[in-house]
Amino acid sequence: MTTKPIISVHGLTKTFGSFTAVDAISFDVAPGEIFGFLGANGAGKTTAMKMLCGLLSPTSGQARVAGFDLSTQTEDVKRRIGYMSQKFSLYEDLTVAENIQFYGGIYGLTLAEIKHKSIALATELGLTLEMNKLVRSLPLGWKQKIAFSVALLHDPAIVFLDEPTGGVDPVTRRQFWDLIYAAAHRGVTLFVTTHYMDEAEYCHRVSIMVDGAIKALDTPHALRKQFGVASMDEVFTLLARGAQRSAD
Amino acid sequence: MKQLYTFVRKEFLHVLRDKKTLLILFGLPVVQILIFGFALTNEVKHATVFVRDDAHDDASRALIERIDASQVFDVVFNGPANLDLIIPSGFANDLSHNGHASVQIITDASDPNRATTLSTYLTAIIADHQLDLSEMQGIPYLIRTTTRFTYNPQLKGAPNFVPGVMALVLMLVCVMMTSISIVREKELGTMEILLVSPFKPMMVIVAKVIPYLLLSIVNIISILLLSVFVLGLPINGSIPLLFSMSILFIITSLALGVLVSTIAATQQVAMLVSMMGMLLPTLLFSGFMFPIENMPLPLQLISNAIPAKWYYNIVKAVMIKGLGMDAIMKEAAILLGMSVLLTAISVRRFKVRLA
Repeated sequence: MTTKPIISVHGLTKTFGSFTAVDAISFDVAPGEIFGFLGANGAGKTTAMKMLCGLLSPTSGQARVAGFDLSTQTEDVKRRIGYMSQKFSLYEDLTVAENIQFYGGIYGLTLAEIKHKSIALATELGLTLEMNKLVRSLPLGWKQKIAFSVALLHDPAIVFLDEPTGGVDPVTRRQFWDLIYAAAHRGVTLFVTTHYMDEAEYCHRVSIMVDGAIKALDTPHALRKQFGVASMDEVFTLLARGAQRSAD
Repeated sequence: MKQLYTFVRKEFLHVLRDKKTLLILFGLPVVQILIFGFALTNEVKHATVFVRDDAHDDASRALIERIDASQVFDVVFNGPANLDLIIPSGFANDLSHNGHASVQIITDASDPNRATTLSTYLTAIIADHQLDLSEMQGIPYLIRTTTRFTYNPQLKGAPNFVPGVMALVLMLVCVMMTSISIVREKELGTMEILLVSPFKPMMVIVAKVIPYLLLSIVNIISILLLSVFVLGLPINGSIPLLFSMSILFIITSLALGVLVSTIAATQQVAMLVSMMGMLLPTLLFSGFMFPIENMPLPLQLISNAIPAKWYYNIVKAVMIKGLGMDAIMKEAAILLGMSVLLTAISVRRFKVRLA
């Protein structure tokens, strides 16, 4: 990597009492990269991601996210990142436009900016007619796309996607990945956790966590080669088999 | 500040979109005032007295007329009645020759409160009648004691339940609605998004409680208007004092609501905790339904921990008795202490959960 990493993690650790959820993980993510963050349930990937988003404070170790120190400049980090969870996290009893206004508003966007963004977003997603409909009435695939666009509303440098395609059919998932690629093309870094191994193949680089530690980190192609298997699924199975912890 | 406005606006949209919540919010105080005002009254009016008059003399007839003339009782001579009065034969004779006579009152003890009230009323009427008789006979040096109620002279229900309904409604709106609305964000996963955003957790709490603070004030106004114009119960004390004390109680309840939201994981749990943990004690221990003085000591001690008890006393003192700040110093200080303590605990818990 020639460019300065946008996420830089060194020995990041989180313990809960005597339990070490995340055990001194270290990695770098380049700007515009789609970084797949894999791991079985209970491997510690959610904890790691929560630390990177500023939701949990690390027990030890350092991390720089979007150019700011995670421990001392949490507020600056928060301004520069976006987050989308598997629940899509839109207000069902508000319209699409109202959701955009709200999320834009809490990130401190001006009314003119919000208006401009709403129009751009509606055109891009083909939702011009649905802007004033309640989110509740929209299909799951659309909610997912809107949630992703909302996470990008304040032009974050990095977007964290926590299992963003849960419960969505394969066709919609494929369309969603088109949006992810488009965002990466614009220079946004995407940090994605997923359970779907076909999605792991779409990532530029993939890390696999087992028992709180990163056991493998490379491009999907290199990982397949390293383990001498044909798919990411097999790579994952080989690594996860060594897990000591049971899923939570 | 603009972010806070955006947030509060969103909260209002939630409330306005949810027709059921809206109905509970604004229908509940009206329904409670009407139910307590007109249906659940413990005032006694036109209770029936069955009289078996075995005497059939002037003295017994005079007594019966006296009872029938009162607003409280209607005399009947057959059919079931709320109360039985038996006048033995020779009533006039006993009275004029022996100087004393007995009657028997039979009450329905399956409803002890009503039975006690009715027999007290009837005894009082008989005593009155007896006094009149002795005055007519010109017995000197008669000491006549009369009891006059200066608080609530007509023994109306409204002065007791309006403050109770105020406490109950505020508790419901502030604790239940607030905790549910915060827990809903947790369930939806939107809370995570808010916490990842630069919006401060403290501001999330502030933004969440502001709409319910305003709605509670609207509720107080509507309860007071109903009580003045529908129940005819005037506000005797200072209105600004009544409102500032109500806001103090609202803040206490909102802090409780935030506290419940930090305990509850789902909306159902939040609702149950609010109902069982907050509303029930408010009903039982505020003194609004059951007199606290009659409770065993441990329960009396528990009642001190219920914010609604102190608020109920304040509203009674200010609204009904027309007293000023100097009369409610103790209650106000306790409520203030509770609100500071609860706010501190709930804000702390809210933050701990996020860490």
